[in-house]
Amino acid sequence: MTWYQFLLENRAEVWARSVEHIGLVAASMAIALAIGLPLGIAIVGRKVLQRWVIGAANVVQTIPSLALFGFLIPVPWIGGVGASTAIVALALYALLPILSNTSTGIAEVDPAVVEAARGMGMTPGQVLWQVQLPLAAPVLLAGIRIATVLCIGIATIAAAVGAGGLGVFIFRGVAMVNNSVILAGAIPAAILAIAADMGLGLFERGIARR
Amino acid sequence: MEFRSVGYRLPVGGSIISALNLRVPPGETLVLLGRSGSGKTTILKLINRLLEPTEGEVLITGRPSGSWDPIQLRRGIGYVIQDAGLFPHWTVERNIALVPSLESWPEARIRARVQEMLSLVGLPPEEFANRRPSALSGGQKQRVGVARALAADPPILLMDEPFGSLDPITRADLQREFRALAMRLRKTIVFVTHDVREALFLGTRIALLSHGRLVGVYAPAEFLRATEPEIHEFVASLDGGGLREEVQ
Repeated sequence: MTWYQFLLENRAEVWARSVEHIGLVAASMAIALAIGLPLGIAIVGRKVLQRWVIGAANVVQTIPSLALFGFLIPVPWIGGVGASTAIVALALYALLPILSNTSTGIAEVDPAVVEAARGMGMTPGQVLWQVQLPLAAPVLLAGIRIATVLCIGIATIAAAVGAGGLGVFIFRGVAMVNNSVILAGAIPAAILAIAADMGLGLFERGIARR
Repeated sequence: MEFRSVGYRLPVGGSIISALNLRVPPGETLVLLGRSGSGKTTILKLINRLLEPTEGEVLITGRPSGSWDPIQLRRGIGYVIQDAGLFPHWTVERNIALVPSLESWPEARIRARVQEMLSLVGLPPEEFANRRPSALSGGQKQRVGVARALAADPPILLMDEPFGSLDPITRADLQREFRALAMRLRKTIVFVTHDVREALFLGTRIALLSHGRLVGVYAPAEFLRATEPEIHEFVASLDGGGLREEVQ
């Protein structure tokens, strides 16, 4: 049985797992954005803090993903078997690209423009919302795009901690030594990643043109 | 505007400005002249509180700058910098409307004011209002920068080497127009430059700075006759002396 025959016969489950997969990515991206954007803004111009925060996010990136999922299982409140462990782990991975692109994007805004904004009497909030964030938007969005694609890939491992998603097929296929089953998870995951990349890429270009 | 024994030093200890006493009467164009690192830009930023003096006080219309709300103070002081610092994501119109919008002027009044400002700086509104700064030449950007600074009709104008990065012909044009504008508007202007010609041409008085110290304040004609070695260096840098006779 080829992979697309398997995929067709099991389309209901593939669809359900895809929705689960998207749910995991969406939830973890929401958390990563809620933490990463404000933190990325806060560390701009604070060299020591920036080094520590980016450093910590970098360390998280170096932890093999399977190991990070494993480490989180015994942690109270967030851990355990299921979606919450997976979402926390994915959010941790998504944090670095969001953090670093937010802070570099804002730091790279032409200092003359920021000085003019302050000198003309804009409040710090107005400088941030009306000048720094709009001008940093393309870099910021690029970070969100990288984080999303990264998350879609790593979310396949969420199945190992019982969080579901397209990884379920991959792990099942590995256990059954059946490539068709592996591909039934891997190909939809790849399609999701490409679609997210292209969709956010178009959005990014739209923003840059404005 | 008055500086009373103002000093500014960096947290790490370097002194940028020391014991500065300077009065700028209303309506004057005072040029701060000095070489790079002489502290002239710092003095400008002490006026609009982008920097706070570490000693002494700066009086703005008789009140110490520290007692002003910095945001309100800055909205009452026009600020023009070397690379104009226009917001690249806004149209020319929105750039010029900046302070009036911050001050929530009515829409119609803002629009009328923008048209007036564009005409004032020699840019036809119908052609330029909707452009992005990226579609302007260096000289046009600087004109928009001046229009933006003047939009809310502030009594004080600070200019930090506004014409420094322009080609000589554009610069001469803008200097000429700006001089006429300054005479007409009667604003109190503090103008920073390292260009002696520009200082002599635009200043009603010239304050010469050297290593954070005020060497002296001179009328243009006095400046050329002065004998201080710091001034001599500057005057000697003028070629031929054609301009000297012109000013004298």
